[in-house]
Order: sequence, then structure tokens, then C-alpha cells
Amino acid sequence: MITIAVTFAFACFSLAVMMNLYKVVYAAEVADRILALDTMFINAIVLMVLYGLALGTEVYFEASMIVAMLGFVSTVAYARFILRGNIIE
Amino acid sequence: MDLILEIAVSAFLIIGGVFGLVGSYGLIKLNDAMSRLHAPTKASTLGVGGVLLASILHSVWLEGHLSVHEIMITLFIFLTAPITANFIAKVHMHGHETPKSLPDAGKDKLWATHNIAPEATAEEKA
Amino acid sequence: MTFLRKLLPHPFLTLLLTVTWLLLVNGWSLNSLVFGFLMGWLIPFVTRAYWPQQPKVRAPLKIIEYVFVVFYDIVVANIQVALIVLFKSNADRKPGWVTIPLDLRTPEAITVLAGTITMTPGTVSADVSAEGHALLVHCLDAEDTNAVRDEIKTRYEARLKEIFE
Repeated sequence: MITIAVTFAFACFSLAVMMNLYKVVYAAEVADRILALDTMFINAIVLMVLYGLALGTEVYFEASMIVAMLGFVSTVAYARFILRGNIIE
Repeated sequence: MDLILEIAVSAFLIIGGVFGLVGSYGLIKLNDAMSRLHAPTKASTLGVGGVLLASILHSVWLEGHLSVHEIMITLFIFLTAPITANFIAKVHMHGHETPKSLPDAGKDKLWATHNIAPEATAEEKA
Repeated sequence: MTFLRKLLPHPFLTLLLTVTWLLLVNGWSLNSLVFGFLMGWLIPFVTRAYWPQQPKVRAPLKIIEYVFVVFYDIVVANIQVALIVLFKSNADRKPGWVTIPLDLRTPEAITVLAGTITMTPGTVSADVSAEGHALLVHCLDAEDTNAVRDEIKTRYEARLKEIFE
């Protein structure tokens, strides 16, 4: 049963990443593009956690934590660049 | 007992998957920029939370020890989601809203995003 | 006392960083406790110039109640937003802005309130006013903006006022 549930979750989040990619390409404004990239980061974290769960290893949790931190910092840096024209003043 | 845990893990995985999908679908479906901000910040949070809860249960059940890394990831995403949402809202306001298109800011006259002094003092709350 | 204050500018932050380090290590040992405490002391000490005053918490036990209220609301918010996204057409939805005048004055309390608003039903906090006297909130689907404002003020702001002020 868990195998089926993991496969289902994989399918859901893969589809979600595809939707985000579509939105990154056809975004109406910059804010949308940042939002789509941020959501893609979150979905990537979940995909990594799911992969770790399917394989039964713990290595992927540390990787996904690093991805979570990088995702936050890069989103803030992108938004800050659009707002101010530079990142660190 | 094993069956109950198995059902619980599967249920959390499926709930997480559905909410994650709804969050990204909302990003495409909704038609104005500020509304699009709602779908990923909320639905994705429960999607991530569901999958990580399933992962915690799974590791407790199969390997018999509590792994706290999942809790760290969940907390991190819960704490950073409002901040990223706030930044994205500010980017939208910066480019597409004027002081006239927003409601009245009370006695302060302006919202912080539009309050750009010649020498910008670090008064904006990021 | 002042010497201790200089040496340990933020005792609570030190504790928090130590616990975070232990959680990151994902296991208990004396080595990681000592190293975590070292980091927890060093980071506030080096960066003490950037946060001169300490935040005050008046009623720490109220935080637990607040956390439970917010967690319950997060789950409800997720289901509501998912239902709106799936079953409500764009023409039926009425998005709108709400201004929330603030009674809170400390920056920490306003930050927590803004974060809470973002995580709870159908609202995202977008901005503060220039001097911090009001909060700009966007509603996903609001028929009655006054009701939204009143709910935020009674449900969250009143509790935060008890905790922080």
C-alpha cells in the first residue's frame, strides 16, 4: 500500500513541477516568476524527501535541508534585486 | 498495529500529494497576481507537511528511531513561507500598484513599499 | 551584571541556537552540545551590534495556546484555499485589499502577526504603512472586508497583545 501511495505522491509533485515550469516560462510579471521558482524549490524538496522515503535512506534529508535554505536565500535575493537594484547595500 | 501505521503513512502521503498539486494548479488557474500568491503559500505548506509527517511515521515505524531532520525541514518551511510571500507581494506592489490603487494607509499616508525617501533610511520592514 | 550582559547579549538566542545545532546533528552527544553552545554564544556575541535591544515577552505560557490556535487555523486555511482554487470560478471570486489598523507597537509582535495572517484563511499580509501603524492585507475571497478585519483583530492581535505588551 505504501508503494502505491509513494508512487501517487511522486506523480502529483512531478505534475506540480511541470506546472511551475510552465508558469516560469509564461509568467505575466516578475513577481509571478519568483513565485513559480519558489514553489518549484518547495516541490523539489518534497520530491527529494519522497525519494529518500522510497529508498529507506536518510542521506536525502540533509540534501533537502540544504535545498530548503538555498531556495529561501535565492528567492529573497531575487526579490531584493528587483526591489532595490542590488542585494547587499 | 502495522496495518494502522501503514494506512496512516499512505493517507498522509496522498493528502500531501493532493495539496501540493492543488497549490501548483492554483498558480496557473487564478487570474490576478496577488491571488496567485495565496495558492502556493498555503496549499504547498500542507503538502510539504503531509509528506514530512508520513516520512517521520515511516522512519519511526521501520527503523525504530525518531529522525528530527524532517521536523527541522517542516519548521524551516513554515517559518520562511510568510517571509517569501511578503517579499513577492512587495515586488508586485513595487511594479504594478500605485498609492492610488491601494486602500488608504490611515494616518501614515503611504505604504512602506512606496515610501522611498531620497536617502532611503532603513525604515522599511523586510 | 553588566559584564555578564555584555558577554551574553541574548541568552534566549543562545539557547535556541544550541537546540537547533543539536537537532541538526540528529543525535545526542556531549561533543555536539559543547560545540552547539560555543556557536550559540559566538553568533549573538559577534552580531550584537545589529540587535541592540532585547525583545520582551510578558506571558510565555500564552504562546502555547497561540501556537495551537494558529496550527488549527493553518489546516483549516489550507482546506478552504484548496476548495476555492478547485471549485470557484475566477468570475465568482472577489479578491480585495483590507487595511488593518494596528494596536501593537513592538516590531516583534507586528512581525509575528504578519506571519500569522499569511498562514491563515484566505489572507496574505503584503505591507506595513510607512510608520508601522497599519497592515495591508490581501484577501483571496472576501465578501465582507470588515468581518475579516474584526476576526484578525480579535483572534490574533488581542492574543499577541497579551503575550508581548
